[in-house]
Amino acid sequence: MNIDVQGPRRMIQLLDAEGNIRFAISESVVTGWLVILAVLAVCLILTHNMQKVPAGKKQCAAEYIVNFCNKMVRSNMGEDCMNYAPYIGALFSYILLGTLISMLGFRSITADISVTGTLAAVTFVLITYNKIHAHGIGAYLKTMINPLNIISEVATPVAMALRLFGNVAGGMIITIILYAALGSASGALYNLIGIHAETYYFNIFQIGIPAVLSVYFDLFSGTIQSYVFIMLTMIYIQMGRE
Amino acid sequence: MENEALLQAQSIVLAGQAIGAGLAMIAGIGPGIGEGYAVGKTIETIGRQPEIKGEVTPTMFVGCAVAETTGIYGLFVAIMLLFANPFLKYLG
Repeated sequence: MNIDVQGPRRMIQLLDAEGNIRFAISESVVTGWLVILAVLAVCLILTHNMQKVPAGKKQCAAEYIVNFCNKMVRSNMGEDCMNYAPYIGALFSYILLGTLISMLGFRSITADISVTGTLAAVTFVLITYNKIHAHGIGAYLKTMINPLNIISEVATPVAMALRLFGNVAGGMIITIILYAALGSASGALYNLIGIHAETYYFNIFQIGIPAVLSVYFDLFSGTIQSYVFIMLTMIYIQMGRE
Repeated sequence: MENEALLQAQSIVLAGQAIGAGLAMIAGIGPGIGEGYAVGKTIETIGRQPEIKGEVTPTMFVGCAVAETTGIYGLFVAIMLLFANPFLKYLG
């Protein structure tokens, strides 16, 4: 039985003379670059050769995506917050593709608490900016007299980061444990029918069965959690403005 | 002899971590009950007024995700105990 749950690997690292790591780039960042390149490629392909009256399917798809983001921001944040729509769309595509990239065999970038913590920190900055912008710095500091308010202020980004991380990483760990268990079951089956596992090792149970769990943990949970993340971002920003 | 004592101490710490991780996942009970209640109420509402299904369903998912937070905290503690081994370093 071989259960191997690892954090993100170091892909690029610079060592100094004693062999200590001075600078390292983790797997999540490199996979994040791939996601950014994929989003850029999709944008360039979809918006190529645009016309006033949509002629092809590509422009219809692009308009559908833009309308989806605009509608979501308009219904959740109001007409005066429409300049947040590009940020919300970028956040949604980054988190969604970064989570779904585990279907291609990469490690999900959101299964790394540094990535989700960074995204939650950006949301925290936006919330605080909107609160100060709407009420003034004096009123903002006055609410901080109550210590419970400080706790709730800090708990918002922490909860957002841990929610995304916990869902994706929990699903990843369950998938790894399931693979290990199915490998052991295949080995037991081979021993039972008399094939030596050392000579011919092919895990028959690992075909097909993990796909059922993958539909839930990768597709459903990833989509729901990225939707929830942007939804909470919009709701908290809107709450900060009021 | 000293190695054996260290090994015993490590076994006790690892066993305690595994038990603690299992106990931490008791936190999954609360979100389970809460989300079940929320989804049940949502289905009740949709049964009464089927035309507002499109508005109620996203709200339900957001509410479920917020209700899930405490369970995720428990899961995070369990993951920390199982894979990060925070207490082994106190053995020296």
